[in-house]
Amino acid sequence: MTLEAWLVFSAALFCVGLCGALIRRNAIIVLLSIELMLNAANLNFIIFWRYGVNADAASGVMMVIFSIGIAAAEAAVGLALVIAVYRHFKTVNLDKVDSMKG
Amino acid sequence: MSEATQTLWLIPTLPLLAAGALALTPRDNRTAAKALSIGSMALALLLSIRGLLESLRLQGDHGVAREFFNFVWLSFGAGEAGVLKLGVVLDPLTAVMLVMVTFVGLLIFIFSVGYMEHDANFKQFFCFLSLFAAAMLGLIVSNSLLLLFICWELVGVASYLLIGFWFHNPEAAAAAKKAFITTRIGDMGFLLGMVWLYAETGTLLFYDGGAGCLEQGAIAAMVAKTAAGGIAVSTCIALLIFCGAVGKSGQLPLHVWLPDAMEGPTPVSALIHAATMVAAGVFLVARMFPVFEAVPPGAEGGATALTIVTWVGATTAVFAALIAVAQNDIKRILAYSTVSQLGYMMLGIGVGGVAVGMFHLIMHAFFKALLFLGAGSVIHGCHEEQDIRKMGGIKDHMPWTFYTYAIGMLCLTGLPFLVGFVSKDEILVSALHGNTDSLVSLLPFLMGLFGAVLTSFYMFRQVFYAFYGEYRGGDEHTPHESPKVMVAPLVGLAAALVFFSLPKLNPWGWFSGFLEGGHHHEIPTGHVAVVIFLSVVAFLVGASLAYRLYFRRGIRSADAPDALQERFPEAFETLAGRFHVDELYEASVIKANAWLAKMADLLDRKVWNGITQFVTQVAVMFAWFARLFDEYVINLGFDFGCRRVNDGGRFATKPQSGQIQSYLRVIGISLAVGVLLLTWGCSGS
Amino acid sequence: MGVFGLMNDAPLISILTFFPLVGALIVGLLRSNDAARVRAMAFAVSLVTLFPIAFMWLNFETYPAGGGLQFVERHDWIPSLGVEYFVGIDGLGLLMILLTGIVAPMAIQASSGSPKNPRLYFALILFLQAGLYGAFTALNFFHWFLFWELVLIPSYFLIRNWGGPRCRAAALQFFIFTMVGSIAMLVGFVALYQNAASFDFMELAEGARNNGAATMAIFVCVLLGFAVKVPLIPFHSWLPATYSEAPTPVTMLLTGVMSKMGVYGFVRILLPIFPAQVEAALGVLTALAVLTIVLSALAALAQTDLKRMLAYSSVNHLGYCMLAVFAASQYTSVDPQWAAEKSAALSGVIIQMFNHGVTAAAIFCFIGFIEQRSGGLRGVDDFGGLRKIAPVFCGLMGISLFASLGLPGLSGFVGEFLIFKGVFALNSWAAALATPGLLVTAVFLLKILQRVFSGPLNEKWAGFAELTTREQMLVAPAVALMFVLGVYPQLFLNLTNSTVVRIVNQLAN
Repeated sequence: MTLEAWLVFSAALFCVGLCGALIRRNAIIVLLSIELMLNAANLNFIIFWRYGVNADAASGVMMVIFSIGIAAAEAAVGLALVIAVYRHFKTVNLDKVDSMKG
Repeated sequence: MSEATQTLWLIPTLPLLAAGALALTPRDNRTAAKALSIGSMALALLLSIRGLLESLRLQGDHGVAREFFNFVWLSFGAGEAGVLKLGVVLDPLTAVMLVMVTFVGLLIFIFSVGYMEHDANFKQFFCFLSLFAAAMLGLIVSNSLLLLFICWELVGVASYLLIGFWFHNPEAAAAAKKAFITTRIGDMGFLLGMVWLYAETGTLLFYDGGAGCLEQGAIAAMVAKTAAGGIAVSTCIALLIFCGAVGKSGQLPLHVWLPDAMEGPTPVSALIHAATMVAAGVFLVARMFPVFEAVPPGAEGGATALTIVTWVGATTAVFAALIAVAQNDIKRILAYSTVSQLGYMMLGIGVGGVAVGMFHLIMHAFFKALLFLGAGSVIHGCHEEQDIRKMGGIKDHMPWTFYTYAIGMLCLTGLPFLVGFVSKDEILVSALHGNTDSLVSLLPFLMGLFGAVLTSFYMFRQVFYAFYGEYRGGDEHTPHESPKVMVAPLVGLAAALVFFSLPKLNPWGWFSGFLEGGHHHEIPTGHVAVVIFLSVVAFLVGASLAYRLYFRRGIRSADAPDALQERFPEAFETLAGRFHVDELYEASVIKANAWLAKMADLLDRKVWNGITQFVTQVAVMFAWFARLFDEYVINLGFDFGCRRVNDGGRFATKPQSGQIQSYLRVIGISLAVGVLLLTWGCSGS
Repeated sequence: MGVFGLMNDAPLISILTFFPLVGALIVGLLRSNDAARVRAMAFAVSLVTLFPIAFMWLNFETYPAGGGLQFVERHDWIPSLGVEYFVGIDGLGLLMILLTGIVAPMAIQASSGSPKNPRLYFALILFLQAGLYGAFTALNFFHWFLFWELVLIPSYFLIRNWGGPRCRAAALQFFIFTMVGSIAMLVGFVALYQNAASFDFMELAEGARNNGAATMAIFVCVLLGFAVKVPLIPFHSWLPATYSEAPTPVTMLLTGVMSKMGVYGFVRILLPIFPAQVEAALGVLTALAVLTIVLSALAALAQTDLKRMLAYSSVNHLGYCMLAVFAASQYTSVDPQWAAEKSAALSGVIIQMFNHGVTAAAIFCFIGFIEQRSGGLRGVDDFGGLRKIAPVFCGLMGISLFASLGLPGLSGFVGEFLIFKGVFALNSWAAALATPGLLVTAVFLLKILQRVFSGPLNEKWAGFAELTTREQMLVAPAVALMFVLGVYPQLFLNLTNSTVVRIVNQLAN
């Protein structure tokens, strides 16, 4: 497989995540979609490391491991927020949550 | 200055202290009331007699002996001109008045003890009487017109209190008010005259060692000046002061209060409304005589002020005597008689000077007090009956009262050789003397003579009605003689009158010599004889008319019409209605006053308040316009602008939906567009 | 000695003025809401002010050099505007604060029964008293005006909250009338300041008229302020409603003291500062004074409400003061032969002010007693024959009424006599035209005695109570003063002589 093919794949994955985050109404799905976008980014790290000039050093993998760690923490915070939102608004439907309205 | 003058102030002060002490003692303390008031009066009498003796001692052959004692009452700044002095004076005028007032007063006080015995307000009565005595005595001893005025008003108040003593009786309350107001009308003139005198002479002291207002310098200054209309200032002042005398002495046209004042207890009528207070007007004219008689140098005829006094006096004398003819209330007859006699006194002063008027004043005080006390005794004995038609025949029931009354009545009517005859005769002589040149100037004399006929007639009528014939007062009770405490004063007064009438004593000669300081009017004996003859005729005509009408025919019953009424019903009606003067005043002065009061009130309620209301309404109208302008001009524009801004704001908040996804969408789309543009831009270059 | 020595240097007038103010605060913050206790406290505060007044009286120099002011306190306040805190008294001021010191405690004690919200009520009365002290002692327009207005506020609330059935309208009318007058006066004084650069009454009196600072327009403005307060017809239409609707103790203060503020203004301010203007407008002013005297007496005769009747009587009595003040302004440029007449007139004015204050307060006090017994009824025809069951009541009220109608021997006469003496010499016709007022006054005052106390007893009032000892004590000082001043007026004339002479000298310049 060529570099371009992998990049197209990861871009597609990112687009799926982006669309999900922007369109779906369920906050949990939105959270999942965000994870997808994050993983598309992680995939790019791996791809550029594998096809890079210095494939011997484990720099790409290291980056990804950090990223996954942060993602996990972020998912925990995200879920906690979702739960807080649910407690407050009694729903996870994001259309109903508009207290930032001007 | 003699000791008598130094202690002169004690004479009014003693009764005043008694009045003050009585005002503070408990209501039921009758002993204190009697003791204090009578005691103070007796002391005042002693002091007055001492004053008279002292005055006699001082009397020389030249002029009037006079001592005075002045003191500063107040000062209102501006140095010497701003010092106001009061004072007391001892001269013959003061001395004789003092003795008369204290003597008559003392007897009346004693009489009151019996007369008021059953009254609940016994103490109050003596308190008021003492107050009156104090004020009256103060008026007499005063050496200052202001002090005289002060006492003058105080006797008015005492009279007000005593007329209204039986205040639960509405007539008494109304009569008291009427007396005070009517006399105050005159007093307004008095006040103006007084301040005018003050302005002209700079002092209100009568005698002040040459600087007093009755002394040469002041009189000359006043005579020399003329007021508006060319009348001498002295005449104007005299006439203004005379207004006060007219009010107090019940002269026309202010006489209306005096008959009504008979609503008071009879001792009050005797003391205040017969003997002393009403005579104060005459006393005032006598005191101010130098101002009255002042004539501008080179002027024709007599003093204008005295001419007016004469005419007022003569008119009053006849007018009141006419009314007295047709009255049936024993006290009212005496009241009109008093008015008439006061007219004689004024006439006497007007034509004959101080001594003539004052002599009648003093004698009148004695016999009129006697008559009033006698009337009181009759009323008391007839169980509070005052209508002479319901009396009759009481001469046998009340002999003491009758005989003393008869003496008083004969003095009043002028039985020859009694002292009353002498005093009236002197007035008539003076009225005739020097006035024979024309009918007009003779008229006061003729009026006086006619008044004498009337006096004789109405007094005999009264006596025939009340004391002769059969008792007509019903069968329930018969009249009884009054207690000794009431009879004794009657006897005392009658004895005094008999004493004065002793031919050897010649009181008139002594009196005129004393008062005028040795000056004696030379009157042709021809005049004197004519007048004596005419007086006797007048007495006889009046008495015989009354005898024919009321004695010979007898009075059949209490309801029978009067003998005069049968003959002249209309004339009698007018007289009985007192010439309808009261009704006239009711319809004119009182109505006008009420109307003015109403107008003033309306002026207040409608005009002044109306203006206020109008201003308020105008202000409200402006406010209303301002509000309209605000609401429909200013506010509308402002509101419109506000609404536009508001709308704009609402439009601008539209994108702020609060939905995070829509924000992200916008970011995403803009990012995409940005990237595309960037890409194309890069590739393009 | 030590205490007195201390008092000599103490700022007595400031203490006098601010003591009731502090007292008002204390009374207002009292715990207890019991009317009797609050009244006792307020009474004590009000009465204590008589001590500094008595001290000032005792140490008053009767004939100071130049007839000047005494107990002066003078401090800079706003120097750039010429505003000073400048207080002091002369005979006129002393009598006025004495009057305030007598009438205010009387009014407090006369408020028996229990006014609603007693703390506020009595605090306001004390506040009023402080304002009056201030207004009678201030000698600089600036803070005089403050006090002048300060008096208005508590009286407005007292009338509005504690008055009769139509008290709100009356209070508003009172407020607006006096406010209009005050504003006119303020404008006048600001204009005067523009011309003369001073707010000091004494300086203005000395200087303003000589350099043309005082003009007719300014005079009219200032006149309006005082004329409303006195009042002079036709600026009086607020008065009958106000006096009759105000609670009776407040009416005592209104007629006893506040109406004197107007006359005081005439004597202290208007006459010395604007003599030429007064003289120029003399015809109109004298006519107004005579009209005031005669019309108010007649209007009083037409009243049936006792309070309205005496309200008009008050206008009438102060009308004499006005007449005398105007008469005294004559012959400003002529020789000193009129000095005696002018000082008689002005002495009469001051004495009349004091006497009328005491007498009118006493009479209104009696009317208050009648109201308390009759449950608010006070028509002249509602009673009858009360003398039978309440002789002391009748006697004391009778004395007050006679004092009011100017019976010699009682206080009212002295003032009226001096006024007539002065006015007759200065302006005979005005005096003559004013005499019917004296007569009509007698008519309506005797009408009260006749209708209320004489005649057969109205059975409805068979239970009408005689004066209690407390009530007798309350009016006794006033009645005693009527006698004392009637017999020995020199007691007060001693105090006023130097003041009067000073004013007359100023006029003659």
